[in-house]
Amino acid sequence: MLSRSPPPDALEIRGLRKAFDRPAVDGLDLTVRAGEFYSLLGPNGAGKTTTLRMVVGLLRPDAGSISVLGIDALADPVAAKQVMAWISDEPMIYDKLTPFEYLEFVAGLWGVEPLIAEARARDLLGWLGLVPHAHERCEGFSKGMRQKVALAGALVHEPALIILDEPLTGLDAGSARQVKNVLRERVSAGSTVIMTTHILEVAERMADRIGVIAGGRLIAQGSLDELRLQAGKSGTLEDTFLALVANEAA
Amino acid sequence: MSETATLAWFARHEARLAWRDWVAMIAGRRRRQRTAAVLVIVFLVGMHLLALAMVGRFADLGPDPDKVTLVVITGSLLLSWFLMMSQAMESVTRAFYARADLDLILSSPIEARKVFAVRIAATALSVTAMAMVLAAPFINVLAIRGGPHWLDAYGVVFAMGVSAAAVAVAATIGLFRLIGPKRTRLIAQIVAAVIGAAFVIGLQIVAILSYGTLSRLAVLESDDVVALAPDVGSVAWWPARAVLGDPLALAIVVAAGLAALLAVILIFSARFGEHVLHAAGISQGPARQRAKPHGFRRRSPASALRRKEWTLLRRDPWLVSQTLMQVLYLVPPALLLWRSFSNGTGALFLLVPVLVMAAGQLAGGLAWLAISGEDAPDLVITAPVPASLIQRAKIEAVLGVIAIAFVPFVVALAFVSIFAAAVCACGVLIAAASATAIQLWFRAQAKRSHFRRRQTSSRIATFAEAFASIGWAATAGLLAAGTSLAAIPGVMAILVLALARLISPSRRSAERMA
Repeated sequence: MLSRSPPPDALEIRGLRKAFDRPAVDGLDLTVRAGEFYSLLGPNGAGKTTTLRMVVGLLRPDAGSISVLGIDALADPVAAKQVMAWISDEPMIYDKLTPFEYLEFVAGLWGVEPLIAEARARDLLGWLGLVPHAHERCEGFSKGMRQKVALAGALVHEPALIILDEPLTGLDAGSARQVKNVLRERVSAGSTVIMTTHILEVAERMADRIGVIAGGRLIAQGSLDELRLQAGKSGTLEDTFLALVANEAA
Repeated sequence: MSETATLAWFARHEARLAWRDWVAMIAGRRRRQRTAAVLVIVFLVGMHLLALAMVGRFADLGPDPDKVTLVVITGSLLLSWFLMMSQAMESVTRAFYARADLDLILSSPIEARKVFAVRIAATALSVTAMAMVLAAPFINVLAIRGGPHWLDAYGVVFAMGVSAAAVAVAATIGLFRLIGPKRTRLIAQIVAAVIGAAFVIGLQIVAILSYGTLSRLAVLESDDVVALAPDVGSVAWWPARAVLGDPLALAIVVAAGLAALLAVILIFSARFGEHVLHAAGISQGPARQRAKPHGFRRRSPASALRRKEWTLLRRDPWLVSQTLMQVLYLVPPALLLWRSFSNGTGALFLLVPVLVMAAGQLAGGLAWLAISGEDAPDLVITAPVPASLIQRAKIEAVLGVIAIAFVPFVVALAFVSIFAAAVCACGVLIAAASATAIQLWFRAQAKRSHFRRRQTSSRIATFAEAFASIGWAATAGLLAAGTSLAAIPGVMAILVLALARLISPSRRSAERMA
């Protein structure tokens, strides 16, 4: 009988370091399992965004290793990028393209078959409520609409690992719910989602596991109950988070 | 704080912003004020020397000039006035559409009409101050050599600045009412650029066609123009007489300028606020619908990138107009070359350097848009595509446009001389590649809408691009003429490129990473 090797983790970070004027990420170790919804929390300047920008190849680390679904992201960035998608808190899209054209452009960059990509694009535009605006140029879109276009672009190539930096900032309740529904659907379909957020209620409700970063290092990780144990404090995620950060500062 | 005090405070705020913009323009956005001061002093000394060479010989002109003198001075004033009006129109359009502080201003408990009255006045003063700085060396040189009566010219510059701003405000608001907020943005910016260029280029073209020279003075001093001009007693010469030190003319000119500005402030400041609100709201309106959306097509990443660049450029007429404007200034020298050497095929050979120069300039602008003006850098960098392929695709996008623009000229040239056409094609390619390479070495992420600021973001890149283009143009021109002297500017262009590469930030950062 053949023994099956366990599937690789979605993300495995070891000894990651990055310094600007001061260390931003300081020997970070982090593992995110395949198929989970992982929320990364931390105070401002904790190193969350820097970490994620190194994972997606926007920044080069000073030291450490990054493995994405078993692919060494530093040695073979193109292969790692093929299975990842990144959405920043400031959605950057092209004002002079329509959402439909934007998705076609992204599909071209990721080399997705046109027929498959078009079908996915139509589905995504439908789920995100963008069908009425699919052929309008993005220049007049609100921040929420731009964020949804960026999200559709990130999902059109069906990435196995979706990394989002504060994706819900500035969205109205309806748009936020649409985005959350799409992300849940992706996790149900087997993708992994890593999301930073300052909206702790979202992390509490959506995440399978939560990681807390402070001073460029992971100070706690686990489910909400596990975090409560580590913090030695019961209550909401907000109470737990503040206790963990305060403990670390002390 | 009383309302008057608040308005005074707002005026100071506007003055401070204008000053900082000015310092940034002179010294770059990251430089310190001390650097700005040094650069201003160097600039002023250089300008005084230039002024001495240009106008020193006119210092002896007295208060009782002949008609030719009046025509020349008035023509020069008119030229400057159009340039001021162009700058003012640009400032007014920015005030309409740049929303950085409008939310704050419009939500403050001050009447919008008064706030915008201050803003219009500030725009006028900013335009006037810039004109004063540029005119000061010429006026000073004339005053030192010819006497203090020339200092009256400062008053004329002031009157021209405020009247240019007044007309710019009225014209922009007129456009706004006529064609609406969406189109005004584009049209006003194009009109501003064309007004600035058209008068200079128009005079040069007339001078070339009529007198075979690039000098604008040749037109103004010509018998035809002098004969057409009004008599010396006409009010049309008051500005010129004011420049020459006639106190009554000066008082009338300054009063007229101020009256124009005051009238515009009184009539338009309330509407200015209204229009600013409309302009602020245009981005919320529905965007244009595509006629026939096609389905997704099979494309390689490189093809997707090239197509994206071309689509973005095609859909932004303002960018197209700004890019082509650089080429517009090459029309007069091309015309001069054509006219001066129109015996046989010589003129066609002389078009070679003009085309090469134009290719370098055009490629520089396009390369900036494709490389530094990438609006979604995160998306492109996180795509599973090697960085070298992204770079190559963008270079191909730039060279593709250059090819489309210049192939017709090269083909036309080939009918006269295959050799000249081959030299021209190589020159166009090398000049475009050099300009693109410089943009790659000096890339700095920026918004596409900041296209016009690209020349102040890196002066080294701007000068390197210009000198390399001039070098390649001279090389191609001399080579087409069949002289081995072509090697000299060629070597100079290579040295410019080598020096630019040596001091480029991309090389320094690559060394740091190593």
